[in-house]
Amino acid sequence: MEVSGRVWKFGDNVDTDLIIPGQYLTIQDPIELGKHCMEGADRDFASKIKPGDIVVAGHNFGCGSSREHAPLALKSCGVGAVIAASFARIFFRNAINIGLLVLECEEAYRRTNPQDEMLVQPEFGVIKNLTTGEEFRAAPYPPLVAGIVQAGGLVPYVRMRLQGQEK
Amino acid sequence: MGMTITEKILAVHAGKEKVRPGEIVQVRPDLLMTNDISGPIAVDVFKSMGAARVFDPEKVVIVLDHFTPNKDVKAAKSSTKMREFARSQGIVHFYDAGFGIEHVVLPELGLVRPGDLVIGGDSHTVTYGALGAFATGVGSTDLAGAMALGEIWLKVPETIRFEFTGKPSRWIGGKDLILLAIGRIGVSGALYCAMEFGGEAIANLGMDGRFTMCNMAIEAGAKAGIVEPDEKTLAWLNGIRDDISSQTIGLLHSDEDCAYKSVIRFDVSDLEPQVAVPHLPSNVRPVSELKDVEIHQVVIGSCTNGRISDLRAAAEILRGRKVNKWVRTLIVPGSQRVYRQALQEGLVDVFIDSGAIVAAPTCGPCFGGHTGVLDEGERCVSTTNRNFLGRMGHEKSEVYLSGPYVAAASAIAGRIAHPEEV
Ligand code: SF4
Repeated sequence: MEVSGRVWKFGDNVDTDLIIPGQYLTIQDPIELGKHCMEGADRDFASKIKPGDIVVAGHNFGCGSSREHAPLALKSCGVGAVIAASFARIFFRNAINIGLLVLECEEAYRRTNPQDEMLVQPEFGVIKNLTTGEEFRAAPYPPLVAGIVQAGGLVPYVRMRLQGQEK
Repeated sequence: MGMTITEKILAVHAGKEKVRPGEIVQVRPDLLMTNDISGPIAVDVFKSMGAARVFDPEKVVIVLDHFTPNKDVKAAKSSTKMREFARSQGIVHFYDAGFGIEHVVLPELGLVRPGDLVIGGDSHTVTYGALGAFATGVGSTDLAGAMALGEIWLKVPETIRFEFTGKPSRWIGGKDLILLAIGRIGVSGALYCAMEFGGEAIANLGMDGRFTMCNMAIEAGAKAGIVEPDEKTLAWLNGIRDDISSQTIGLLHSDEDCAYKSVIRFDVSDLEPQVAVPHLPSNVRPVSELKDVEIHQVVIGSCTNGRISDLRAAAEILRGRKVNKWVRTLIVPGSQRVYRQALQEGLVDVFIDSGAIVAAPTCGPCFGGHTGVLDEGERCVSTTNRNFLGRMGHEKSEVYLSGPYVAAASAIAGRIAHPEEV
C-alpha cells in the first residue's frame, strides 16, 4: 500500500480542537466530520485537499482531548497519511486503531515544504519527498502495534480474537 | 534496580514480576469508563467487532456528562444510545445527565482504589492517579476493544518525578502547582511519560488538590499523573467506603532505587497564584502580571476544579461581596454530591447572594459545548484545564486558566485579580 499526494504543513502542538472543534462532537458520521476537518487551523482545508494528500506537522500532533473524531475527520476528508515529528499518544493510538496512517519522522517535517509532492511506503517506513528527491525513514511500529496495523485496525483485530475465543 | 509506582501497577496487571519503560504489555484493567462523547462511537465499534457482551458489566462505567442535560436533539440521540446500551448490557454503574462529571463521580463513589488500573474514553481519566492508581485515556475504538476483550495493550511509560518543597501561601492550591510545572516543561514536556508528584507540598495538599494536579498531567502530554498514596489518601477513602484499610489494599510506592527519567524540583514557598494565558496551558504567568486584563465571564467548575474545596475557596472570596455587573459568573458543582454539600454548607446562598449563577453539574462550559459559550472577543477566567483557541466558544474568544481563588476575585474585580485585592 502506497500513499502519495501534496503536502499540507502545520507547526507544533496541533491540538484536537483545531482538528475538529468541540461544537461538532455530536456528529458521528465520518463524512460530516470530514467536512469540518482542520477547521480550527485552516477554514477551507477540507475543500482544498485531494484524496491521498499528506499532512506534515511538528511535535505533539493531536494533543488535547481523546476525541476519535479527530483522526476520523482526517481520514474521511481524504488525508492519506499524517507525518509528524511526534504525536500525542492518544491520537496516535486512535489513528492506528481506525486505520489512519501515522508515521513519526522529525527529519521529514523539517525538510519538507508546503505543496511538495510526497510518497509514503508504510511497510518499509519510507517517506519520499518527490519534489526535492530526499528520502526519510520513519520510526518502526512495536510488534503488537504492527499486528493491529497489519490486521487493518483494531476492529478486524478484535473480531479475529473474539472468533478465536469461540472456538 | 527498583520500580516506580507506575511500573509496579502495570507489572501487577500484566501478570509480570517486573516491567521496564518502553516495554509493551497486555494488561487487564480494573475499570473502564466512557461518556456521551466517546461512548456512542465505542458502542458502534463494539458491535462492528462482532462483540455481544461487555467483558464484565460491573467494570464498565458510563457517565453522561458532556452534552447533558441534553443540549439539542443530536445530544439527546447520543444519550439515548448510551442509555439503551447500558440497559441491554446490564451496566451496573450507569449515571445519567446531571449526576456529575465523570472524573469527579468515579472517585467519590469509591470506584477507584489505590493500585487500580483504569482506562477511560476521555483524556482526563488521568485524574484518578491522585489515588495512587494508574489511569489513562484512550479513544472510542480502544475502549470498544477493551470492553470486548477485557484487556488492552499499553507501553510502560518512563516516569518524571516532580518534587514540590516549601510551604506555600494560603492562596495556592493544586492548580497553581500544576500550572507552574506545565509552564516549566511545556505542553509536550512529559509526552508519553508518567508525572509523579511528591514532596512536602504534595504531602500537605488535600485530596481535591491532588485530583486537580493529576487531572492536568495530560496538558503536559503525559500518559498518567500519579501521587503515591499516603495517610491522607486512606482517610479520604475511608470517608467514602468502609471496606478500605491499608490491610485490604496494597499501598504501593516508588522504590528508592527506581529509575526516573528526570527529577524536577520546585520551591513553592513564595509562589504567586498562577494563570495560563491564551492559547496554551503552558503560557503561565504570575497573576500580578495580568492585572489589566478585563474579563466578561468567569467559570468555576469542571473535572479540574469543581470539587467541594474549590467551591469553598470561591465562597471564601465571594462571601458578602458582589460580582461585577458585567461579568457572568457561572459556578458548576462537579457532581450532585458536591452540589448538596455546597448547599448544606451554605455556599450556594453565598454564590446567589453575590450574583453568581449555580448550574447543574455538567461539562458544558469547559469545552464550549453549551452553558456559557463565549462570543467573539470575549474573555473568560476559568478553573478548567484547556485554553486552546476556541475551546470555550468563538475562535476569537480567550480563556485564562486559574484556580478558584483567582477566578472568584476576578469575578468581583471585572478583570484578572489577585485574591488579596478584593
Ligand atoms: S469537565 Fe471538561 S475536561 Fe473535564 S471531562 Fe468534562 S469536558 Fe473534559
